[in-house]
Amino acid sequence: MAMLQVNDIHSYYGNIHALKGISLTVEQGEIVTLIGANGAGKTTTLKTISGQLHPRHGTITLEGERIDGLPPHEIVTRGIGQSPEGRKIFGALTVYENLEMGAYARTDKPGIARDLDFVFTLFPRLKERAKQLGGTLSGGEQQMLAMGRAMMTHPRVLMLDEPSMGLAPVLVEAIFETIQKLNQEGTTILLIEQNAAKALQVARRGYVIETGQIVLQDSAEKLRQSERVRKAYLGEE
Amino acid sequence: MLSSPEILQTRSATPWLKSAAQIGVIGGIITISIALQGMIQAFSSRDVIYQVVTMSQAAILLTFFVMGYVAAMRLPMRAASSSIGAGAVAGFISSAALVLLIGLGNVVNLGNVFVNATPQLYELLTFKLGLPIGSLALLLAGLGLGALAGAILLLPDSPRRAILTTLAWIVGLGVLQDLIRVTFADWGFLESALRFFYASNGLSLVGALVLSVLIPALAILWDKQAPRAQTRIDRLPAPTQRALRWGSLGFGVVILFLLPALLGLYLSEVLDNVGLYLLMGLGLNIVVGFAGLLDLGYVAFFAIGAYVAGVLTSPEFSTGVIPNWWLALPIAVLASGAFGVLLGIPVLKMRGDYLAIVTLGFGEIIRLLALSDFLKPWIGGAQGIQRIAKPDLPFIQISWGPQAFYYLFLAGCLLVIFVSYRLKSSRLGRAWMAVREDEDVAQAMGINLVATKLKAFGMGALFGGLAGAIFATKLESIYPHSFNFLISINVLCLIIIGGMGSIPGVVVGALALVGLPELLREFAEFRFLFYGIALVVMMLTRPEGLIPEARRAMELEEFREEETEQATAS
Repeated sequence: MAMLQVNDIHSYYGNIHALKGISLTVEQGEIVTLIGANGAGKTTTLKTISGQLHPRHGTITLEGERIDGLPPHEIVTRGIGQSPEGRKIFGALTVYENLEMGAYARTDKPGIARDLDFVFTLFPRLKERAKQLGGTLSGGEQQMLAMGRAMMTHPRVLMLDEPSMGLAPVLVEAIFETIQKLNQEGTTILLIEQNAAKALQVARRGYVIETGQIVLQDSAEKLRQSERVRKAYLGEE
Repeated sequence: MLSSPEILQTRSATPWLKSAAQIGVIGGIITISIALQGMIQAFSSRDVIYQVVTMSQAAILLTFFVMGYVAAMRLPMRAASSSIGAGAVAGFISSAALVLLIGLGNVVNLGNVFVNATPQLYELLTFKLGLPIGSLALLLAGLGLGALAGAILLLPDSPRRAILTTLAWIVGLGVLQDLIRVTFADWGFLESALRFFYASNGLSLVGALVLSVLIPALAILWDKQAPRAQTRIDRLPAPTQRALRWGSLGFGVVILFLLPALLGLYLSEVLDNVGLYLLMGLGLNIVVGFAGLLDLGYVAFFAIGAYVAGVLTSPEFSTGVIPNWWLALPIAVLASGAFGVLLGIPVLKMRGDYLAIVTLGFGEIIRLLALSDFLKPWIGGAQGIQRIAKPDLPFIQISWGPQAFYYLFLAGCLLVIFVSYRLKSSRLGRAWMAVREDEDVAQAMGINLVATKLKAFGMGALFGGLAGAIFATKLESIYPHSFNFLISINVLCLIIIGGMGSIPGVVVGALALVGLPELLREFAEFRFLFYGIALVVMMLTRPEGLIPEARRAMELEEFREEETEQATAS
């Protein structure tokens, strides 16, 4: 059974038909990427999965259980964590408090402590700056914090929305390395990216979304070689 | 237009002149508006120092002084000549503006447009010395006081602070003479002291002179001794320190309990009002300060609390079944809280300005319902509710005046402050904070948005209901017009002035916005002008509030640092 199964969902903003039948599957332990241009519906897909937007048609299942229609906080506790677009960390809280916030809905103290350890080993930088205010971190550090905060919800599927946005090339590199490391530690990841080249390097499979529809889906390798992707998303001739 | 080298040179030689002149022009505007608004005539018969300085003269002269001080303070580099010079220029221009007004007024009749521009005004402004000499005196006063202010700024910290403190005290004691006299009239030894310091109208000259020696001496002594005392306290062993802290806290509590007896009837009434607004402020602080939901109809919950308590305890209504206010209190509070949740439901999806407008509507709906003929048989319509029960206790006979009600407000405020602190550091408090910062992210953290918001509306409404119930029993009667929109705005203002989300901030905000205007009653119809000016100045100079919440202060601080960094980088 697939970890996360999105089946023909249609989402609307008022009367605007934003998602026109998106289907995608994320298997346990893989990185799947959803690439596409601005306004193609990447973030809308993520919002629909996380319950901020309810699909008018279609189903979403997490390990076979329907989650579409549930309120967002319920979906988080079921096991879908996310690092939102633009990071959106709590600037007025310290790094440590931001991470604590991630564990808000949890009550298993030993589990929380374990996850906190895990986040601090993954991002030693965050441990150094644990008492610093989130707003004072650099862009790269804020992205790490957003990812760490998402990990604190103990997700079964981690959704990352544009983790490389607005970061310096060196930092982009580091973030993608971390994504791979996270995955090796057993986290299933749905990665939403504009940086198709990078995303297709770390992912196993990929979906290409255009104007609310999936137009291509394949292994990352094959997508990298496909002419359409190379022209439109990798900037090659 | 290209500037020639000479122009450049003159510009760089006196850059301070321009800024001082600007301040002077502002000073001129201030003095002219003081004059044209009629404050001069209104306060000319009141003395700050008996037969030496009237209140209207003090207002004008102080403006010269403050403008000189501000002009000197704005100098990027402070040399003796430029500081005094800038002060003098600013003071002079401020006074010159007044002289222009006087001159103009003597040629043209300004009275048609400005009713207060009368010959009497010009006479008062020229110190009754006649036009030419008086104008000259006014100009000299501006020049001199401005220069003096610039010179004072050059002094080292300790004497400068001593001089400014003295000035503030003398003006304050002079202006608030009636209030101080009435309050301390029954205090035996203090009364004889007061008789020494005060003449029949304002401070006595001797008293003022004694004060101008006594206060700087005390100020300098304090400057020297306070840090030393602090280090001595720091050196004490921890248990002693703790005992000291508890001791001072206990002392504070004792003072709080003795206040009505110490301050007398009038100030107790003022404190009651402060307490009422403090209760509402703390309630709204939960909604606006903690959870970030801008509610402009908060008065609705105050009204519901008052009406429920009123309807339940007044014998005028068949529903007035509960003769005891204490039994009606929990029902009123809970009813208000329930309405808070109920009114919260339709606005769950709204944010920011939309939320503000809709809640504004709710406030008005509740008031109009209270006023309506439709509900008149049950809640009295425009006639309101009379004969609401007093909060009588068994076994004790209490005469319910402002001093007795003070204790009711005190108990309510202490309870609500305690609950606020507990809520703030609770799990729910953190959820509110997250919702305030970003609703979407809060949801992504697994926070139940609906429940969290409704709890904020509900808690806020509970406190508002408590305030309403106490208000109803205090006044014994309530009318729909007691619950107008302005109350919501006032409560919101005191939170903003105090510092959003900060509990001590709400206390200070209530004292400043509710207590202070009462003290300013001496200024009669001008007090709301001062109130407005104070609000504007406050927002310009300290937008984070008087006692900002620690976190917000940090954020603003960092924001400023970043700005200056960027400024220096570019």
